[in-house]
Amino acid sequence: MSVEILLPAMSPTMTEGNIAKWTKKEGEKVSPGDVIAEIETDKAIMELETDEDGVLGKILIAEGSEGIAVGTLIAVILEDGESESVLDGITASVVSVQSVPPSAIAIEAHETIVKAPVMISPSEAVLPEGTGFSNMTVREALRDAMAEEMRLDDSVFVMGEEVAEYQGAYKVTQGLLQEFGEERVIDTPITEHGFAGLGVGAAMANLKPVVEFMTFNFAMQAIDQIVNSAAKTNYMSGGQIRCPIVFRGPNGAAARVGAQHSQNYASWYAHIPGLIVIAPYSAADCKGLLKAAIKNPNPVIFLENEITYGYSFDVPDMDDYTVPIGKASVVRSGSDVTLVAYSIGVKFALDAAEKLASDGIDAEVIDLRTIRPLDMETIIGSVKKTNRVVCVEEGWATCSVSSEISARLMEGAFDYLDAPVTRVTNEDVPMPYAANLEKLAVVNDDRIVSAAKAVCYKEEK
Amino acid sequence: MAKKSIPRKTKSGKPAARRKAVKKHTPTPIVTNEELMEYYKGMLLMRRFEEKAGQMYGMGLIGGFCHLYIGQEAVVTGIQATLKEGDSVLTSYRDHAHMLACKIDPKLILAELTGRATGISKGKGGSMHMFSVEHGFYGGHGIVGAQVPIGAGLAFAHKYRKNDNVSVTYFGDGAVNQGQVYESFNMAKLWNLPVVFVIENNQYAMGTSIARSSSEVELFRRGESFKIKGECVDGMDVFAVREAAERAVAKCRAGDGPALLEMKTYRYRGHSMSDPAKYRSKEEVSKMRSEFDPIDQVKKRILEANILSEDELKVIDKDIKARVSEAADFAQNSAEPDPSELYTDVLVAE
Ligand SMILES: Cc1ncc(C[n+]2csc(CCOP(=O)(O)OP(=O)(O)O)c2C)c(N)n1
Ligand SMILES: [Mg+2]
Repeated sequence: MSVEILLPAMSPTMTEGNIAKWTKKEGEKVSPGDVIAEIETDKAIMELETDEDGVLGKILIAEGSEGIAVGTLIAVILEDGESESVLDGITASVVSVQSVPPSAIAIEAHETIVKAPVMISPSEAVLPEGTGFSNMTVREALRDAMAEEMRLDDSVFVMGEEVAEYQGAYKVTQGLLQEFGEERVIDTPITEHGFAGLGVGAAMANLKPVVEFMTFNFAMQAIDQIVNSAAKTNYMSGGQIRCPIVFRGPNGAAARVGAQHSQNYASWYAHIPGLIVIAPYSAADCKGLLKAAIKNPNPVIFLENEITYGYSFDVPDMDDYTVPIGKASVVRSGSDVTLVAYSIGVKFALDAAEKLASDGIDAEVIDLRTIRPLDMETIIGSVKKTNRVVCVEEGWATCSVSSEISARLMEGAFDYLDAPVTRVTNEDVPMPYAANLEKLAVVNDDRIVSAAKAVCYKEEK
Repeated sequence: MAKKSIPRKTKSGKPAARRKAVKKHTPTPIVTNEELMEYYKGMLLMRRFEEKAGQMYGMGLIGGFCHLYIGQEAVVTGIQATLKEGDSVLTSYRDHAHMLACKIDPKLILAELTGRATGISKGKGGSMHMFSVEHGFYGGHGIVGAQVPIGAGLAFAHKYRKNDNVSVTYFGDGAVNQGQVYESFNMAKLWNLPVVFVIENNQYAMGTSIARSSSEVELFRRGESFKIKGECVDGMDVFAVREAAERAVAKCRAGDGPALLEMKTYRYRGHSMSDPAKYRSKEEVSKMRSEFDPIDQVKKRILEANILSEDELKVIDKDIKARVSEAADFAQNSAEPDPSELYTDVLVAE
């Protein structure tokens, strides 16, 4: 019986791919383990192996084709001796397997071009006249930030699992080893507590380590060094011993990776005096804030998001472009309700604002960018205008960043509020694996829309 | 099938990457035809199961991370052959084969991989996080190294309850560098816990070869400063594995634990489904596949001993494929969990 070869998903976030090369020709024999094609995914070029014995009967999608949807019929393998007549009439088509969406949030990753924020926060320095922009992904912006700082300061080095030869588990450190060599781009063993502590020691000796955690879930192995050593030494030494270190890596839910790999640590670290916590959304902010973090003399937790690594934004073409730490940004201005978000929450909030606009509600969206210290001035400035706040967070509600904002609004803006501050967050459960449950567990734009309508006292239709 | 015994061949193929294997005991273990066939079928089920899982991942039926064990089947097969009712087993995220070796129904595993209500964790755990108390399987752990102290804890419970059960704790050559591994070694020896630490040295931790991550690459020595004597074993040879495991398990059952085994093995596939595996050569992979494959080694012995013919083995392969297909159908046709399941099992209800 002939076997249909469908373009497989080759990563948790892959929704389409390019046929880089067919390594077997039509009519050629294939056996299990043979590579038949090279497929370019969102992250890498992968080899497509077959598990079948037979002959490559027909190639349906030519080499060089791009943007082929996962599940497309790309070739047919015939059993030895099977007649080619079974190939008649077969064409490339998306075969709908009775499948579930790869992920509640990976679906969003499909739409990788996100408009750069239109508004620049009034509190932010205005860009020089005539500044050009380059469109780039968050992944590239982060890489450029590290590369620029490494060029400027030879005490900056990058350390972590798979950051050098593998070019980063999520390809954020791509090319750094080639440019800076193995003395400054260092692959560590899987020993987070050890290398976080080693980084702290190097920082105490005035080197500037950028320590990558493959994801922040694994930084829990290292959290003692971060909290008890990095965050407190300056204080305990009466200001003698600095710890200029950046801990960075993806944070928050990825796609279908389950409870141990899907957590948002923003509020964990924001709890600690002695740390700076940054969680940007756009590529420009990722670049400008990572550069600012590396230059900063304090320990900085820099929280990225795997889903947004492939999102593209305009980034200013400027020498040494930095964004001030501790300043939020108004990314959409509005007068009816303020949506406060950070990291991927900003995307959900912007999408919700768009939907609210069509219902006649004019939402303002604030991207916190820095979580500690919190820029309450910008939030309260907005509340004075809108009198309503919905906090958006891809994470749990209890003791969250949203809870903190809510408390501070009670203390600092009670008289300006016309409705209770509302939190729209993930459900209060460990992240489930099943696609439908994951979708239910994670915050989305529709929930934000409902919450915004509620605080505006508008009926849901 | 005639019940005749054949002696274990002393000279089996050795992986190229292998260093001097330290084998002090080489008595010739007796392997029955039944055992040969059992290991063959067991390993073949693992292989076919995981090939199917790989295909289903490609079809979008399995999401997130999915780590295949293909190539390493002899390790878990040889070790599990020495265990008995009541023993505890735990491993990392690369756990499908361990579950099959614990005799867990492939349907329940595949249904978990597809995130369905019929899955062994009701669809809430996924490939990396599966458990079965009934079968003594304590996971399925997504955090590298975390299962090692937990395994020592299960052994602690065996000792506490004064039964003669053991805990078998599997972990990788990458995990072996985590600090908690050594904290566990120390306590395990200090308190003579009945735990068999099994290092599955497949030569790579994601893209990092052992030589690039470890100052001492002879991992069986890693217990020495805790006075745990380790042993290095050809993990591609199910009989060598079984033989070493028998000694280690017996030692632990006798109250003289812990034991440490380093299994030299190899994974054929990428680290997970999204790994392009550019860190090793194709020649290296195909050499391991063609010269040291654990299933081929057993198959060869079956044929040489005329236990079954090539055609009879084909029938077995067909049966196993059918069993896996049936599991895949079950997984695909099961319903997703009910939305109310989102909130269950967070805490134990009073
Ligand atoms: C604490 C922690 N750090 C990093 C990771 C990411 N990670 C998952 S598997 C892996 C490699 C582990 O290699 P090894 O222990 O050799 O086991 P193998 O995958 O070869 O079975 C890494 C780095 C993780 N899951 N947990
Ligand atoms: Mg390994």
